[in-house]
Amino acid sequence: MSSIDTLPTEANAQNDGPVLNYLNNGHGIRSWLLTKDHKRIAILYLISVSIFFTIGGIYALLIRINLLSPEGLFTPDTYNRIFTAHGVIMVFFFLVPAVPAILGNFLLPIMIGAKDLAFPKINLLSWYCYVVAAILALIAILGGGIDTGWTFYTPYSSSYSNSNVLLAGLAIFVAGFSSILTGINFIVTVHTMRAPGLTWFRLPLFIWAHYATALVIMLGTPVLAITVSLLALERVAHIGIFDPALGGDPVLFQHMFWFYSHPAVYIMVLPAMGVVSELIANMSRKSIFGYKLVAMSSLAIAVFGFVVWGHHLFVATQSVYLGIIFSFLSYAVAIPSAIKVFNWTATLYKSSISYDTPMLYGLGFIGLFVIGGMTGLFLAALGLDVHMTDTYFVIAHFHYVMVGGSLMGFLGGMHLWWGKITGRMYPEFWARAAMVIQFVGFNLTFFPQFILGYLGMPRRYATYPPEFQVLHVLSTAGATILGFGMLMTIVYFIWSLKKGQRATANPWGAAGLEWKTSSPPPTENFYTQPIVTTEVYDFEPVDKRDMFGEYGRPPQGVE
Amino acid sequence: MPGNLLHSAQHFALGPKIIGMSWMLPDQASTYAPDVDNLYMFLVGLTVVLTVIISGAILYFFTKYRRREHSDPIPAHIEGSVILETAWSVIPFIICLFIFAWGAKIYLEQYSIPNDALDVYVVGKQWMWKFQHPEGQREINELHIPVGKKIRFVMGTEDVIHSFFIPAFRMKEDVVPGPNRYSTVWAEATMTGKFHIFCAEYCGTGHSLMDGWVTVMSDKDYEDWLAGGSGTGTMAEKGAALFTQYGCVTCHRSDAQGQCPKLEGIYGKSQDLEGGTSVVANDDYIRESILSPMAKIVKGFKPVMPSFQGQVSEEQLQQLIAYIKSIGPPEEVGAKSVAGKDTTKAHGTGMGGPPIMMTGQTPANSK
Amino acid sequence: MATTETETRPQGVDTHADRPRGLVHHFDNMEQQREAGTLGMWWFLLTEIMFFGGMFLAYTIYRHMYFDAFAAGSNVLNIWWGAFNTAVLIASSLTMALAVYHAQTGNYKKVTFFLIFTVFLGTVFLRVKYIEYSNKFEEHVFPAGDFRWPIEEKAGPPQNFGDLMLMLVGLSPSGEHKAIVDMQSPMPGNVTTAYAEGGSSYSVAGNIPVEASDQGFAGHVRLYFWIYFVMTGFHALHMIIGIGLLLTLAWQSWHGKFTREYHSYIELTGLYWHFVDIVWIFLFPLLYLVDRHL
Repeated sequence: MSSIDTLPTEANAQNDGPVLNYLNNGHGIRSWLLTKDHKRIAILYLISVSIFFTIGGIYALLIRINLLSPEGLFTPDTYNRIFTAHGVIMVFFFLVPAVPAILGNFLLPIMIGAKDLAFPKINLLSWYCYVVAAILALIAILGGGIDTGWTFYTPYSSSYSNSNVLLAGLAIFVAGFSSILTGINFIVTVHTMRAPGLTWFRLPLFIWAHYATALVIMLGTPVLAITVSLLALERVAHIGIFDPALGGDPVLFQHMFWFYSHPAVYIMVLPAMGVVSELIANMSRKSIFGYKLVAMSSLAIAVFGFVVWGHHLFVATQSVYLGIIFSFLSYAVAIPSAIKVFNWTATLYKSSISYDTPMLYGLGFIGLFVIGGMTGLFLAALGLDVHMTDTYFVIAHFHYVMVGGSLMGFLGGMHLWWGKITGRMYPEFWARAAMVIQFVGFNLTFFPQFILGYLGMPRRYATYPPEFQVLHVLSTAGATILGFGMLMTIVYFIWSLKKGQRATANPWGAAGLEWKTSSPPPTENFYTQPIVTTEVYDFEPVDKRDMFGEYGRPPQGVE
Repeated sequence: MPGNLLHSAQHFALGPKIIGMSWMLPDQASTYAPDVDNLYMFLVGLTVVLTVIISGAILYFFTKYRRREHSDPIPAHIEGSVILETAWSVIPFIICLFIFAWGAKIYLEQYSIPNDALDVYVVGKQWMWKFQHPEGQREINELHIPVGKKIRFVMGTEDVIHSFFIPAFRMKEDVVPGPNRYSTVWAEATMTGKFHIFCAEYCGTGHSLMDGWVTVMSDKDYEDWLAGGSGTGTMAEKGAALFTQYGCVTCHRSDAQGQCPKLEGIYGKSQDLEGGTSVVANDDYIRESILSPMAKIVKGFKPVMPSFQGQVSEEQLQQLIAYIKSIGPPEEVGAKSVAGKDTTKAHGTGMGGPPIMMTGQTPANSK
Repeated sequence: MATTETETRPQGVDTHADRPRGLVHHFDNMEQQREAGTLGMWWFLLTEIMFFGGMFLAYTIYRHMYFDAFAAGSNVLNIWWGAFNTAVLIASSLTMALAVYHAQTGNYKKVTFFLIFTVFLGTVFLRVKYIEYSNKFEEHVFPAGDFRWPIEEKAGPPQNFGDLMLMLVGLSPSGEHKAIVDMQSPMPGNVTTAYAEGGSSYSVAGNIPVEASDQGFAGHVRLYFWIYFVMTGFHALHMIIGIGLLLTLAWQSWHGKFTREYHSYIELTGLYWHFVDIVWIFLFPLLYLVDRHL
């Protein structure tokens, strides 16, 4: 039996929603800033991550505006600081935390029938680390900027750059801690706090994905921490570890940096893939085809992701033979992702497909991830990579998987669980419109960049030969459309907080423990201990008007 | 030979034209550019096919299985299908192996540096590319090379990491600072014309301004251009002067009386080192010997050579190397070595040829 | 949750009476809580291994590239202090284990004693590191600004137990036991640091004489010292954090917070302390014992 916090009456609950839930259980800024409730922490993350996503997005628009013409708008020095800011913010302060720290934090305990994560105070600490890191990064960026690119290659970043590298390095170090603390929490929670009857192969694929992500976070992020520390020491004290004049090796930095940063891209995409599994299954009311293989593929991606970092160094004077090994392994890591795509598509066969926004985002993910993933195969081919690396082709590739992939997954998840998180539904018409606008804008932005890249346009260029201009103009037009679509989403989400239709426990008729409690859930997630007796994605008829769900109904009688 | 290559390059270029895709490709201006483009077009085709299949399936299911709210039962549970899942794991893997092998083959071709190539020495620097021809011409951001001849680019950097990129050749490699860190790439141009040179590794403020042009000229035009000349002597001649100026000649005497190994004839030959290993005396080795002489000691000699780090510039290093190469053994045509690896079978030099002529004549094989 | 959020409690129902002391609200029982805590600490230690692993990687690569320089630099370190520190740290792991043992038997006075003893040994370790670091500053091998190679004088180890005690508390041994060893004679037991007459060159492993003016070699030795300071520095930082944790636990234990059933924090801190010890067990031979011969 869980502890009883409050007893709303059923009568007033029907009209106004659950009287006491995690959102109104405690008022005042202290109850939020000192909360240990994983759901409130998820909201804190949602606010801070959204702010930084918006800032990063503004930088993106500045990049595209500068590239409208070869003359540009900014000096090259300013432009260099703009694209670095865009990269640092988007990678470390949006893509890495977004799905795990917002959706993962909120849903993981509920999906496994637990009352909270294993270490609630550490969870809060991870948010504070994020905020401190984000503020430090903002100071570094606004107080002069950093002009090294988000990859901080030495010796430029260690000996030549005249910018706030040290502060940015510190920000990234602290952000890494935020990530690691979240990862520890996830792994321990999944191992020790599953509800009775919830065996490993009854876990939703969202959980498998986050478990695999946590493994990658734990093993990869500390290497980033030490790399950034050594870079800071190199910069401050010229220890010589990356400085060739003192006997150091600049390519060692690249190896150490990419040892984390390649697995990092799987940190960014695995959780989104977990979301997509939930989107496809729930919005088509059918269990994911080949569930076990999809679950295992998440782990396979996590493991293989650690042995492919050298594909970022094919032209960096890495040995040819090492290049061959890394190329081979990079193809191996593509296979589990391909399996997921095929399995998701097969799930749709003889299913019952809803045309609502979460499904649209899920399908959008699949289509765009196919292109993003396939263009990864281009880059893994050694002979081809020699031509294409460090060009706009790479930029297009990773934006397809990160924006067309991760961001679409994140937005799909936000729409699927918005009612659960806030108690209000978003407006369906505007959401579909926004999704389509984003989809069109996204493709118009980044597809021309594949062509630009193959034609030879290098990346991180503030200006370019005039024959590339048409493609750049198309790309900027697309970015504007994409930006507008994103703005629509932000606006209607905020609108829905007051005016949205009240959400019931299970508005989608979905499967999963989170749909068996009220929207929003009570602080302790469930009023009675959930016990799992069915397989995963076991759909059954659901009363979509039920406010409480099987485990969210407050006990009767006591007033 | 060049004629055939040119012919087939143009022949291929026709292919994309027919399907209307040549606007997507840069000029195919090197011998391996068509190979790279072929793989690219294959992958484009594969991507199109896969995208069509998956999107087509999705759209088909999307319309056919649309939920009709009130009448729809819950769909039947389908666990999976071992046959299908195995098929779509194994078949993509085999296709991937094929692509990997194809890419690796092209890569080995791109990084197998022929030893019978003309040398061009490249130095990347914030924010320009400096070129030195063995005949002595120096260029900044502009490079002239003859068509139909193999060119070996021996590249270094004075400061940070840059990347030498000629899209029309499909050629790129980073230049990394460090004592034994020459990057070497090669290409054989198959068409005349002017093509972009870019720096492809972010290097600071002027990264996007660090572009230039490579002008590929017919043999005769290139002769004329070379004859225009710099008047200050070939690289090897300049290197000979430096060899005296820095005092190398006092120890590295050609009569083997000095405390140091004789340098005539060592280029490209294997050197036995103290400690039992051996190394081929290539450009990297010579550069390292000048900058970090303690790193490798030739067997039978004492480690007494001082370091010239900080005294000799990148371009001077390249001139010294050109000098040592010029007093080396004659070239062996057709020999190849894999870039960056010491292969004791590698012989031969680039320019080889007769020793230094102080009278300003150009070496024999530029005719 | 209790003080920062308003909540209504149902009357007459005390929800916490039957819960064991120390069991937090989101766990069902103490065993689950213990299991989660232990798993969490092991996973955290795994991340620490990856963190130190990056440094070990850099060490390995540069040692392979510049073995002679590493040997030369390593021979300047004082293995007596290093060995002493190793013994101290192993002893502190013993006292830590004893603290955990007594926590399991519920003897909180002994727990406090052994925690304090562990803190004491940890402090001795840090004191010795301070002595070593100061010596390295004086010998001008701290790799910033005033770095000089080869070194011209070297602080000697304590000659006897009395010296050791004096040095630990910060007093120099008096009389004939000078702290600086005459550099004309080789270090005992260390054939590779024979110094030639005139003092401007020295021999290292393999008897290759090295010109003092060779920037490259000195630069590589400098790199060795940087790696030494960074690795032992991060290690010392972890020790300081560990000591802080132990002091907190000692204070809590003294005030009776822990029982036979509830003492997870002591066990988990014990795991952390043992990990810090193990890192040192690797650091000592890799840094101090490069190319040493009996």
